[in-house]
Amino acid sequence: MMESLMPELIRMVVAAVLVVAFVFLNAMIMGYLERKLSAHIQRRPGLMEVGPHGILQLLIDGLKLIGKQLVIPEKSDHFLFRLAPVLSFAPVVLPFIVIPFSRKLVIRDLDVGLIFILAISSLNVLTILVAGWSSNNKYSLFGAVRSVAQNISYEIPMLLSLLAVVLMTGTFSLQGIVAAQGKIWFFLIQPIAFITYIIAGVAETNRAPFDLPEAESELTAGYHTEYSGMGFSLFMLAEYANMFIVCSIATTLFLGGWRGIPLPFGDYSGIIWFFLKVYGLMVFLVWIRWTYPRTRFDQLMNFCWKYLIPFALVNVLVTAVLVKVL
Amino acid sequence: MSEAQAPLHHRFHLNMGPQHPSTHGVLRVILEMDGEYVLNPQPVLGYGHRMQEKMAEARAWPGFYPNTARMDYAGALHYNHGYCALIERLAGIEVPPRAEYIRVITSELNRIASHLLWYGALLLDLGAFTPILYTFDDREQILDILEDITGSRLTYCYFRAGGVSRDIDDKFVERTRAFITRLRSRFPMLEKLVNGNVIFLKRVEGVGIIDKDMCQRYGATGPVARGAGVPYDVRRAEPYSVYPEFDFEIPVGENGDSLDRFLVRFKEMEQSLRIIEQALDRLPDGPVMAKVPKKLKLSPGDVSFAVEAARGELTYYLISDGTEVPYRMRIRVPSYSNLSVLPELCHGMLLSDLVAAMGSLDLVIPEIDR
Repeated sequence: MMESLMPELIRMVVAAVLVVAFVFLNAMIMGYLERKLSAHIQRRPGLMEVGPHGILQLLIDGLKLIGKQLVIPEKSDHFLFRLAPVLSFAPVVLPFIVIPFSRKLVIRDLDVGLIFILAISSLNVLTILVAGWSSNNKYSLFGAVRSVAQNISYEIPMLLSLLAVVLMTGTFSLQGIVAAQGKIWFFLIQPIAFITYIIAGVAETNRAPFDLPEAESELTAGYHTEYSGMGFSLFMLAEYANMFIVCSIATTLFLGGWRGIPLPFGDYSGIIWFFLKVYGLMVFLVWIRWTYPRTRFDQLMNFCWKYLIPFALVNVLVTAVLVKVL
Repeated sequence: MSEAQAPLHHRFHLNMGPQHPSTHGVLRVILEMDGEYVLNPQPVLGYGHRMQEKMAEARAWPGFYPNTARMDYAGALHYNHGYCALIERLAGIEVPPRAEYIRVITSELNRIASHLLWYGALLLDLGAFTPILYTFDDREQILDILEDITGSRLTYCYFRAGGVSRDIDDKFVERTRAFITRLRSRFPMLEKLVNGNVIFLKRVEGVGIIDKDMCQRYGATGPVARGAGVPYDVRRAEPYSVYPEFDFEIPVGENGDSLDRFLVRFKEMEQSLRIIEQALDRLPDGPVMAKVPKKLKLSPGDVSFAVEAARGELTYYLISDGTEVPYRMRIRVPSYSNLSVLPELCHGMLLSDLVAAMGSLDLVIPEIDR
């Protein structure tokens, strides 16, 4: 019994360590990319001081944040206040289990992989609510309430857009969906679903122009106003990891996953293609963030319910009919 | 959302400021809210109060020069201008034409700098981070030009009763002309950056409507009044300096919403460029300082002088008892009146709109507190 369990245990531990390490690495890469890209969009050099072109800046920033005191507001709910940032980690780490990085590199290819990711990701909003509520700060609560409304609303068009792809492939397994994209990537067949997904994804990750939960000019910092040090940085880590997950779903479902022109690296070329696509999408999100003003809350909701959902619904319907007919 | 719809137990207070990213200074607004709707915003002033008026009454009049620049840090030269012109009017000093031209050129440059700063700040309030760095790039050019002749970059103390403290040189003229060309070429970009943007238009169009009647009741002036369609500009209504000699338009809006105020300020920058161009073309030779006695006793009486500052009408009012020290100094600042519109303007607004509307008023808090 033990002999058969051991490899599985080792596998789990290795996967857990790798995923958590990757979440940190991803935050550092994205933190650097975001600051550097935003700087170039704004015609300034950006990070230049620590290391060549400021490459080590994020490492130093991380150390600084670890060293900082976590100030807990006196009248906050201490337990929930401490719990929220840690809790925010779970929904962004678990989806890594089913993401296919290449033909072979996937921790577990579940048959219900897509549903698993969506179910876990929707817990994200809970941690934000807990953070906003326990802070006992009106700005935090505003951010949390906005976040809940926004995330729940935008989950609908997101699901609908993904459903169109699922109808075409007939599987929830992410590897299965990638396998179905051998000839043509789905963003060409399902452009409406792809655009809907990207818009909903921006809203899901709470990024500009839909960054209402942390709207700086209105709510100072939204739900994490009261967090300092590691509390704050855990939220940041979660945000970037969430971005990675949203972008990797987009890559897997619409951009052919790890598929691409064969590179001279054998099996590794799949990983390279996957990461290229995911980070390409993430750079796109960064680009949007630093280019557009923020929408208003009612406009955001109107856009979702009046335009995005009907379009996505029609798209699903048309897809379903076509799948049946063809 | 009217108050009748919001039962008392649904209301709560939100304290915005004195440290808040969108109050741009130490303004505090106590918001009575119902959910995201603002029912009653009450500005609380005085966090940056430095008794500027009292300081003017406690020293010989030349000692107040540096203070004038420290009220409105974004448009300091207009404050210089108003104060110097006030003393000149009281003492009957004739200013040499070259000095007047230099005043107009530098004042208008300062107005553009102020509007560029506001442009970035408004978009920052709307959540767009990038434009402010673009306009700061242009504003930096103005600051460099002004630094060369005035010696400071922000709190200028350049105008003196009777003229200006230093003459401008060919380099200044050259650089200013180069700047005009540069800014003209940048306008289409700055305009396209936002005017073609749906999100921006949806945030400002029809938001924060200030009509003519409201302007009259609260004494709102400057771009706020002009945005509402009131063609009131002190440079035209009560001409001072050499402004009557120049050909420029006074842009006005139609609806008085945030977009109109935005467009009015945008067009004003173009008009300012026109004024500067004309002034540079006709720049006369001669001295830049009239003969003013070292120790000048102010003749008894009272006098007032109004100038068009970047944010609206700025009036200095001075009562003199015949000594060097003013007996009473009163400064009417545009932002104060413009801010007083806020409670009526923002009643029933969403919190996000309040931020946008406040940004479109272009408030400078040290000027309000003074």
